[in-house]
Amino acid sequence: MRISRWFAEHWVLGVALLVLGYLFLPIAVVAALSLNRPSSRLSYDFNEFTLDNWRNPCATADMCDAVLRSVQIGFLATVAATVLGTLMAFALARHRFRGRSGLNVLIFLPMATPELVMGTSLLALFVSGGVPLGFWTIVIAHVMFCVSFVVVTVKARLTGMDGRLEEAAMDLYASEWQTFRRITLPLVLPGIVAAALLAFSLSFDDFIVTNFNSGTTVTFPMYVWGAAQRGIPPQVNVIGTAMFLIALLLVLATSLRGRQARRAALVPVSAREGDRS
Amino acid sequence: MSALAHLPTGSRQPASPPKAARSERYRLLPYLLLLPGAAWLFLFFVVPLVQLAAASLYDPTGSLSTGYVLTWAFGNYPAAVQAYWPQFARSFAYAGIALLLALLMGYPLAYAIAQRAGRWKNLLLVCVIAPMFTSFLVRTLAWKTILSDNGWLVGLLRDVHLLGPDGRLLATPIAVVLGLTYNFLPFLVLPLYASLERLDHRLLEASSDLYASPLKTFRRVTLPLSMPGLIAGTLLFFIPATGDYINAELLGTPNEYMIGNVIDSAFLVRLDYPQGAALSFLLMSAILAVVFGYLRRAGTREVL
Repeated sequence: MRISRWFAEHWVLGVALLVLGYLFLPIAVVAALSLNRPSSRLSYDFNEFTLDNWRNPCATADMCDAVLRSVQIGFLATVAATVLGTLMAFALARHRFRGRSGLNVLIFLPMATPELVMGTSLLALFVSGGVPLGFWTIVIAHVMFCVSFVVVTVKARLTGMDGRLEEAAMDLYASEWQTFRRITLPLVLPGIVAAALLAFSLSFDDFIVTNFNSGTTVTFPMYVWGAAQRGIPPQVNVIGTAMFLIALLLVLATSLRGRQARRAALVPVSAREGDRS
Repeated sequence: MSALAHLPTGSRQPASPPKAARSERYRLLPYLLLLPGAAWLFLFFVVPLVQLAAASLYDPTGSLSTGYVLTWAFGNYPAAVQAYWPQFARSFAYAGIALLLALLMGYPLAYAIAQRAGRWKNLLLVCVIAPMFTSFLVRTLAWKTILSDNGWLVGLLRDVHLLGPDGRLLATPIAVVLGLTYNFLPFLVLPLYASLERLDHRLLEASSDLYASPLKTFRRVTLPLSMPGLIAGTLLFFIPATGDYINAELLGTPNEYMIGNVIDSAFLVRLDYPQGAALSFLLMSAILAVVFGYLRRAGTREVL
């Protein structure tokens, strides 16, 4: 009786832990394979422990070129998408204007369209326009599918903000620029940073849209796709594990900073000013 | 990672702009702010779709080297359906089964994090997103190792006779469905979590105080209140899962190919643009039809 009651109360947690295990199982495999010396090129089984892959992540030069290219594309796409998306988010959150609902649909649709359709339609456009496929067509495509996510993320931050803070600044004779610089921007910045990180990870990991618009340019996912037919070098798992660890560190660092900031916010302003002098 | 942005943000009205912003010279400002982004989306999202529609009506006897002519060849559509309906059916079947599995796993997970995790909430949430930090393709290849014929999982299943002595997991529909379930599960969990997190725990207590069984509390209180998240999550799972072809390619065989594999090869291998375009358009219309049918049945259009 007691056991069944305990079970009735806790089975949800048990299932949740099992599902988390399912989510992490492949990550554990990737980490293990990054420490593996494969017995043959096409073997995906664990053979022998080694640190070589971590010592020479660039043993296959092609792969490192591809990673570098993905970083460049990700950086350009992130900057462009973050600027375009943030401007749109400000307009949507702060202004009333004609064509608002139409614009909302235009922003929503790319998120609801299968990547496959975005990829093929861009390819159709580039081919019919005679645009050579390569680095820049990938950047154009990535900016396109990242913008909507930036708009949604920044807009959420803006609408959740207390508008009275800006009114207070203006009442205290801050100019509009000062208000924007000293009040609005610092408050929205976490949203913009989150949006930029999201855009970068979307761009860095994109395969389907890139596959249609890359021509002969090879990004990291494209490299993995090609290598899957020929045999994956173990260094791919090093990159996979490293990306996981870097992203995890970033998340933990931002959440720690967030906690510090919240704590700092509890300290009265006068006390903080005193600290500084 | 990308799933964070899907958290429903509510459709609050824009805060009324500060007084000064209402002055005349600001009337043009929103349009200036919107112009670059909207132009980009128009040029590289809307125009390509129009181009794709045109390409689907090209004369099918043309080729990339000789050039295509727009002949309004509507016959491309029935021809494409006739040739590839099994792959179409498979896409929706696999994505549908994967969605059911994901709901069975994702709902308890989202519920546990939202209602039972206490101060571990944020950590567990990070755990849901964290696997997505590793590249999609690398993760899927890891499943290849897990499901391989001489892996421990197949060995275990053979020992307990769930699989025959030469039964396999890799290169079967099971592997493809498992891969789809795995890769898109976080997209389902995050919006669901956002809904369940706002659920007032006292409502559940009230329900059980009024002698509702746990099952009845779930059906009459929890489930209806989590509906917005459930709908958003279902769509965010189903749309990419139907259009995916990476899992079918890496974990399956041509017998498991989904419509994405066919479209990929139409554009990149066979260079049959009219057919590829027709199939892409059919995929999009089919998904939209399922989505809107579902939204209507679910009785809410707020998600849009």
